[in-house]
Amino acid sequence: MNDVLHQGALSIRQAGKIYDPAGAAVVALEDCSAEIRAGEFVAIVGPSGCGKSTLLNAIAGFDRLTSGEILLDGVTLASPGTEPRPGPQRVVVFQHGALFPWMTVLENVIYGPTRQRVLGADAARAKALDMLRRCGGLDTAGQRYPGQLSSGMQRRVEIVRALMNEPKVLLLDEPFRAMDTVSKSAMHRHLLDIHALYPKTVLFITHDLEEALFLADTVYVMTTRPGRMKTMLRVNLARPRTLDMLVSHEYLELKRQVVAGVHEEAQKAFERGERELA
Amino acid sequence: MTPLQTRKLWRMGAGYLIAFTLWYLSVKWLPLAAFARLPDPVTVLKEWFAPEPAYGISIFTGAYYKHIIASTLRAFAAFILAVALGVPAGILMGWSSTFHDYAAALIGLLRPIPPLAWVPLAILLLPAAEVAVVYVTFLVAFFATTLNTLVGVKAIDPDYLRAARCLGANRRDLLRDIIVPGALPQIFTGLQIAMGAAWFSLAAGEMIAAQYGLGFLIMDAYNLIQYPTIVIAMVTLGILGFLSSAGIRLLGDRLMRWRSGAMGLHR
Ligand SMILES: Nc1ncnc2c1ncn2[C@@H]1O[C@H](COP(=O)(O)OP(=O)(O)OP(=O)(O)O)[C@@H](O)[C@H]1O
Ligand SMILES: [Mg+2]
Repeated sequence: MNDVLHQGALSIRQAGKIYDPAGAAVVALEDCSAEIRAGEFVAIVGPSGCGKSTLLNAIAGFDRLTSGEILLDGVTLASPGTEPRPGPQRVVVFQHGALFPWMTVLENVIYGPTRQRVLGADAARAKALDMLRRCGGLDTAGQRYPGQLSSGMQRRVEIVRALMNEPKVLLLDEPFRAMDTVSKSAMHRHLLDIHALYPKTVLFITHDLEEALFLADTVYVMTTRPGRMKTMLRVNLARPRTLDMLVSHEYLELKRQVVAGVHEEAQKAFERGERELA
Repeated sequence: MTPLQTRKLWRMGAGYLIAFTLWYLSVKWLPLAAFARLPDPVTVLKEWFAPEPAYGISIFTGAYYKHIIASTLRAFAAFILAVALGVPAGILMGWSSTFHDYAAALIGLLRPIPPLAWVPLAILLLPAAEVAVVYVTFLVAFFATTLNTLVGVKAIDPDYLRAARCLGANRRDLLRDIIVPGALPQIFTGLQIAMGAAWFSLAAGEMIAAQYGLGFLIMDAYNLIQYPTIVIAMVTLGILGFLSSAGIRLLGDRLMRWRSGAMGLHR
């Protein structure tokens, strides 16, 4: 087995986050726990505002937890007493995309290794072109600026930029949220191919239950705020995943198991939204 | 040239022609005493291009260029000073909230003071009238540069900073790789406004406190009843202002090639 596969185990233990504890005291996360194995593709589904991004921000090191802790391969990554510090071990692909528009695709992709000084410019460029080529022939776009690419290409380049750092964990915060159905489906294919090539631990946050089931090994359903893990579901569909699995008996059975739970949480979130507005 | 560009050029030419015709007609035909004193465009053009101009200023006289050079040097000295101080000040204000708090109140109070109101104090305080004129010019350009830079820094998507930190950037990297390029479009907007404002207050300052320069020339020609010279100096100011703005735009386009030919960012 590849050594990389033994790295990237995430342990989320009773994680809690209260925003503005002295004032409004928004409890975003409470007693949120999950054990994620190295190399596992995990999807987290939950209604809007349930604390998905909050959890991801704690893992990424953008923000501090107010209780509980998160460990990466046994090392504490986040806890109330740990100074949040982002780094190349866990790289985020953002909901709205965050390729630097003033850098070419190639400059974006080599940014991590050159800033960390783990690779020289030439070595980084060679590695970048190789990765871009493997990830669907993106190497031909190396000299273009992100603004000249389609949305799907921008997302894939951003994923390659993340993978260039050999992260233990790849954090994706609803990266395909704004896409139409056809592009989204194409992106699923690309993401699955990339994950097969570079089998990192993936944390994929989404609203979309079908997307979660199609992509992931394990799906967590979160409750409405304060966010906790409500259900965990192992997706025992074979890999590589194919589109006809979407109508397979197993897939539909899994969907039946969680759809009610997701709907219930969404309904709660919706009702609370109405109450808060009223 | 595409047909669209050709049509645009024709319209611009036609715009000038219409304006000149109206000017000519209002001087020659309008039964208003006020207009009768104005020089008509033909007289101005003849004077401007005369080898031996009636009032001493044309493209063939050294004095004309002396005034142009004086004004240009002042405008650029003030502008360069404004950029050298204003861009770092704006970035610092966007970068450090402590510095922002110190500076914002002060700027908020000083900025609304019209530049010309500074002239007497500037002459009193500064060693030479020359410096006073440059100072007044600098002031408006500085505010425009600082505030636009600040807006540019504030408008940078925090996800860019987060992404860069994930990728291993330290604070200096963030400044160089994210803050400065991210604010650049807004900085250049500021520079264009600053350049326009510089010429604007320069001419006004020169009218009051200088011995040469195009602003001085306008006032001098007015006092000596040399009306065509007034118009020559005005048009020259217009051309210089236009050329310096175009230069800044060109430099901006070169530095920000990533913004041209884009399909836009899909975010
Ligand atoms: N900085 C903050 N201060 C106060 N409240 C916050 C802050 N950030 C988020 N929240 C609140 O915490 C809750 C969880 O937010 P979070 O962004 O984690 O939700 P999410 O699940 O990612 O939602 P979405 O699906 O809309 O992206 C929300 O109710 C939000 O309003
Ligand atoms: Mg979110």
